[in-house]
Amino acid sequence: MSPTVAVVGASLAGLSTARALRDRSYDGRIVVIGDEVHLPYDRPPLSKDFLAGTASLEDIALGTPDDEDLGLEWRLGTTAIGLDHLGRSVLLSDGSGIRADGVVLATGARARRLPGSEGLDGVHVLRSLDDAITLRQELTAAERLVVIGAGFIGAEVASTARGLGLEVTVVETQPVPLAGPLGAAMGAVCAELHADHGTRLLTGTGVAGLVGSGRVEAVELTDGTLLPADVVVVGVGAAPNVEWLAGSGVALGNGVLTDARGATNIPGVVAVGDCAATWSAAADRHVRTEHWTNALEQPATAVAALLGAGEPVPPPVPYFWSDQYGARIQFAGLRREGDVARVVEGSCADRSFLVVYERDGHPVAVLGMNQPRLFTRWRRQLRSAVAAAS
Amino acid sequence: MIPVCPTTALPPGEATRVEADEPIAVFNVDGEFFAIDDTCTHQDASLADGWLDGCAIECPLHASCFDLRTGKVSGPPAKTPVRTHRVVVQDGTIYVQPGVAADGAA
Ligand SMILES: Cc1cc2nc3c(=O)[nH]c(=O)nc-3n(C[C@H](O)[C@H](O)[C@H](O)COP(=O)(O)OP(=O)(O)OC[C@H]3O[C@@H](n4cnc5c(N)ncnc54)[C@H](O)[C@@H]3O)c2cc1C
Ligand code: FES
Repeated sequence: MSPTVAVVGASLAGLSTARALRDRSYDGRIVVIGDEVHLPYDRPPLSKDFLAGTASLEDIALGTPDDEDLGLEWRLGTTAIGLDHLGRSVLLSDGSGIRADGVVLATGARARRLPGSEGLDGVHVLRSLDDAITLRQELTAAERLVVIGAGFIGAEVASTARGLGLEVTVVETQPVPLAGPLGAAMGAVCAELHADHGTRLLTGTGVAGLVGSGRVEAVELTDGTLLPADVVVVGVGAAPNVEWLAGSGVALGNGVLTDARGATNIPGVVAVGDCAATWSAAADRHVRTEHWTNALEQPATAVAALLGAGEPVPPPVPYFWSDQYGARIQFAGLRREGDVARVVEGSCADRSFLVVYERDGHPVAVLGMNQPRLFTRWRRQLRSAVAAAS
Repeated sequence: MIPVCPTTALPPGEATRVEADEPIAVFNVDGEFFAIDDTCTHQDASLADGWLDGCAIECPLHASCFDLRTGKVSGPPAKTPVRTHRVVVQDGTIYVQPGVAADGAA
């Protein structure tokens, strides 16, 4: 029988894995298991153009005409419920199992919900295509939106909703939004975009609860303030989809624990994308990266590991972007608390700048707002510097 | 024909954008000039801002690659090619002919 690789999770990381397997001339069976009924689609537009109604389903499909030659066996609308590592088989919700010589874990992450929001209409999270379709329908009929959480997804939903003409309030527990990824100074600069475009941003404020019976009517803050809302979007981060692996013997932490190449503690099992907590020598710990480019690029390395190709791993220079209120934000590198942010081009006031983060006088990360050309050059430079240093 | 710039203003490895009905990106690859649609076919990014590697341009946003000679996608996520445009150099000035493909097809 020809060898089989089972890919669990039919999204960006799963599809990229299938492509990488064929790129490496693997010609066995590839079975891709996905609990959503949809073929792989792109998530970033779900908070941007797709939510705005300017991108169609066809626009956001990830598959390219070349992918038809990959010869994939799709098992869509099917949930993996367990992994028997000794028998190397993936157990499925329909009672069947898939015996495989290699297993790729690419189950991504899901949006965290607010406790107590179950069963209340008008309260949404945004992770899947179905989430986006429902939210878009509700936004077109609504006047007031409250977004809980001013992270990237929260900020993008706020921006899109403003574009649709809604009155928007964003509530953030932290004193400064995006301080985690960008540092407090730059987080504050990016958060100014909200006020520029008429979105009210309340920071340092917790949410006490949601008000309404049957349907949400308001969000109550810890200081007692009531924010009336027709629709509430909860954007408070994501949790890795790894519960189904409990008891499988695969080591879990904040995600599936892997070495720098993506290999888990079980031979023949690798993990990629948002569900993987990959060992980072630079950070000296496992890091779970929730960015598109990571899910796109990481599979090439993990597939090499799976197929036993012992080549060195290029140290990654993480990259992500965000589009808010017409501003393009791009970030690359490994920033740590204490790195010094220096504006090297443009100005924050003009909403067009390039900032370099330095540690001991050396650039370690770069942030651009509306500076794609210069940003691209800096990102390349960082990659060469990191490659040279390793 | 749309004038772009003097040849001396576009050294090897550089790119520039010209406004036309659809903006056009013009590249200098080791002394040879190429012109393609500037807007990436994936989403909204200017390819003139991208990274030039030989005859391939990598989009600055999500790294789709296009072949400057043919406009074809050489790396996803983009699914559709960009159009190429003919480039003419006359008296030290670069011109593009929008709507005329690099291989001469209209
Ligand atoms: C609204 C939104 C906007 C974003 N915007 C940006 C952006 O601007 N820039 C950026 O860099 N990143 C962005 N991201 C992040 C990016 O989309 C993710 O990093 C990327 O989708 C990760 O891909 P993945 O394949 O690892 O996981 P996912 O895309 O989460 O896919 C995992 C798949 O596995 C399925 N699955 C889970 N459990 C099982 C199971 N047991 N059995 C079978 N299938 C299962 C899931 O349903 C899902 O289909 C955004 C994400 C969202 C949600
Ligand atoms: S916009 Fe060019 S690759 Fe996405």
